[in-house]
Amino acid sequence: MSAPTSSTDRTVAFAFATARAEGRAALVGYLPAGFPDVQGGIDAMLVMVEAGCDVIEVGLPYSDPVMDGPTIQAAAQQALERGARTDDVLRTVEAVAATGTPTVVMTYWNPVERYGVERFAAGLAAAGGAGLITPDLTPDFAPEWIAAADRHGLDKIFLVAPSSTPERVAMTVRASRGFVYATAVMGVTGARTTTSDLAGPLVSRTKQAVAEAGLDLPVGVGLGVGNGDQAAEVASYADAVIVGSAFVRTLLDHPDDRAAGLEALRALTHDLAEGVRRA
Amino acid sequence: MSTTSSPVPPSSGRFDADAQGWFGGPEQGWGGRFMPEALIAALDELTEAWTGAMADPAFVGEFEHVLRDYAGLPSPLFHATRLSEQVGCRVLLKREDLNHTGAHKIRNVLGQALLTKRMGKQRVIAETGAGQHGVASATAAAYFGLDCTVYMGAVDTRRQALNVARMHLLGAEVIPVESGSATLKDAINEALRDWVASVDHTAYLFGTAAGPHPFPSMVRDFTRGIGDESRAQCLEQYGVLPDAIAACVGGGSNAIGLFTAFLDDDDVAIYGFEPGGEGVDTPRHAATIHAADRGVLHGARTYVLQDADGQTLESHSISAGLDYPGVGPQHAHLAATGRATYLPVTDDEAMSAMALLSRTEGIIPAIETAHAVAGAIRVAERLAVEKGPEATVLISLSGRGDKDMGTAIEYFGLGETKVDLDDDITEEPVG
Repeated sequence: MSAPTSSTDRTVAFAFATARAEGRAALVGYLPAGFPDVQGGIDAMLVMVEAGCDVIEVGLPYSDPVMDGPTIQAAAQQALERGARTDDVLRTVEAVAATGTPTVVMTYWNPVERYGVERFAAGLAAAGGAGLITPDLTPDFAPEWIAAADRHGLDKIFLVAPSSTPERVAMTVRASRGFVYATAVMGVTGARTTTSDLAGPLVSRTKQAVAEAGLDLPVGVGLGVGNGDQAAEVASYADAVIVGSAFVRTLLDHPDDRAAGLEALRALTHDLAEGVRRA
Repeated sequence: MSTTSSPVPPSSGRFDADAQGWFGGPEQGWGGRFMPEALIAALDELTEAWTGAMADPAFVGEFEHVLRDYAGLPSPLFHATRLSEQVGCRVLLKREDLNHTGAHKIRNVLGQALLTKRMGKQRVIAETGAGQHGVASATAAAYFGLDCTVYMGAVDTRRQALNVARMHLLGAEVIPVESGSATLKDAINEALRDWVASVDHTAYLFGTAAGPHPFPSMVRDFTRGIGDESRAQCLEQYGVLPDAIAACVGGGSNAIGLFTAFLDDDDVAIYGFEPGGEGVDTPRHAATIHAADRGVLHGARTYVLQDADGQTLESHSISAGLDYPGVGPQHAHLAATGRATYLPVTDDEAMSAMALLSRTEGIIPAIETAHAVAGAIRVAERLAVEKGPEATVLISLSGRGDKDMGTAIEYFGLGETKVDLDDDITEEPVG
């Protein structure tokens, strides 16, 4: 495990820059906090850090996850049934961020609004969190979050989709900091057997919008990547490969043997980390 | 009391949403569009199609035509004389229970299905709780020749097998939703998941005046005939506007449909009656405006039943059609501004009102509707004291109760022995 580093080194931008300097894409790994329980989730994320994830996305489990497929739904539901709270998410962030690996939270909006936008931003920053991915909050409805993120130096990671108009891609990249999250498919989360042919064109027009805005903002691609070969394919055109459901699936497949689950998670992370280096 | 002759009043728009879908502006922040970016283009396309259609006389004319010749509208405004005698003033019922498919919901689905055709899409999806919106959507899809998929909580498909059969007969596919609590809110989640993947050829026929912009305003435009018609009918038949109007509020489509025409009539008191379940002092209710907190659910900021962390709580009502942990954002705005008053009605009060209306008027209302009847009786009894027998209360009789006979059999113990239905609203036996 890498030693804790300076606060600048914990940023998403630093992780992406490091990957770029190595001539490869970054690997971003997602797990919901509290799954299979709070400590179990932390243990799993630490394995993902050790085995090669450059950035960790800590999911905040939510009762109505409209962008998630059955795999992540099942994990979130299990976390909630076992009593995962918003404070547990921040506790998880603190444990993972302590490794020096940049750690962001991915959450539907209502839990943040309920917690208090300013209070959440302050709590996330205090836990060492780097920023927030907001799958159901677009920049045009996010002035309060944008202001709070700016006050606390947090990254604002908004999403673009294949259906986004050029105007909205431009608006979204201008509002984002850290990276832009390109949703590669029109559909919910979940590992797929083939990668999307919508992802490449979306990444290229997003990068064009980034260039036109005079920004230095990486573009990560998520939704559907489940193995090293797919990671290599996505890494050939994206700055980061974002993997979620495949990690969750791995833990779901080992409900009664956590050690085996963590070993499988380590093997998957190695495969993906090798994939992003192959391109 | 005004006796203006114009049947449909020009709206001042002071309670409407702005271009972003905010009711009360971004400062008040009700409504809006808290949605994945992947769906924003479709919502923009829908907004453009809806506003274009409402400004197009050809679309409006075709909508009026199908409402009249297919759905049987306008529905009558009926003077409930025996109920009026009991409460001491005039009670008028807007008979939406007489519409094709038995409720106001046909207005919304015909409007949205017609818009789907206009947009050149061939498939519709819908969510449903008890099955009424699902049946209405399947009906409209059959009428317009559209493919139809209905998402329904697995718990509800078992409770409402008859409505599942109706949807099948009408040619719709019904998909039971097992995720989450397997009820209405999860059916909405699943329909949204379908829509993200199918949005290029599919329209989402949302069942109530909630959800992201433009749904709250669009559904209101398709249901506002309830109020436009009854306002004109009331003026024509009685020469006055009502002193008070009342509707039940789950998501709030029939309520906003009734209220809209009267929003600028400042002398008309507006009441929405929410499902109080087993009581708002218990966790088992769905009275969101009365007893819940501000939050975001299914794309809109509104009142949401939620825990301390913002996780949606399961709602409860004896009426499946009101059993929703959120409410349409325009209702939140009307409550916040004080233009409308929202009060809870318990399961027991609603069931008493169901029995009362059945026995005084020969009309078996839906249990949803019975909430409005129960609440309106309270208002009418007070107005009778304050203003005398000339006071007028107008109720949206939003649906008929055939679908609820299973619940009624269980609640009242109907069918086997002689049943004594005590009525705790008028404190007189009505049996």
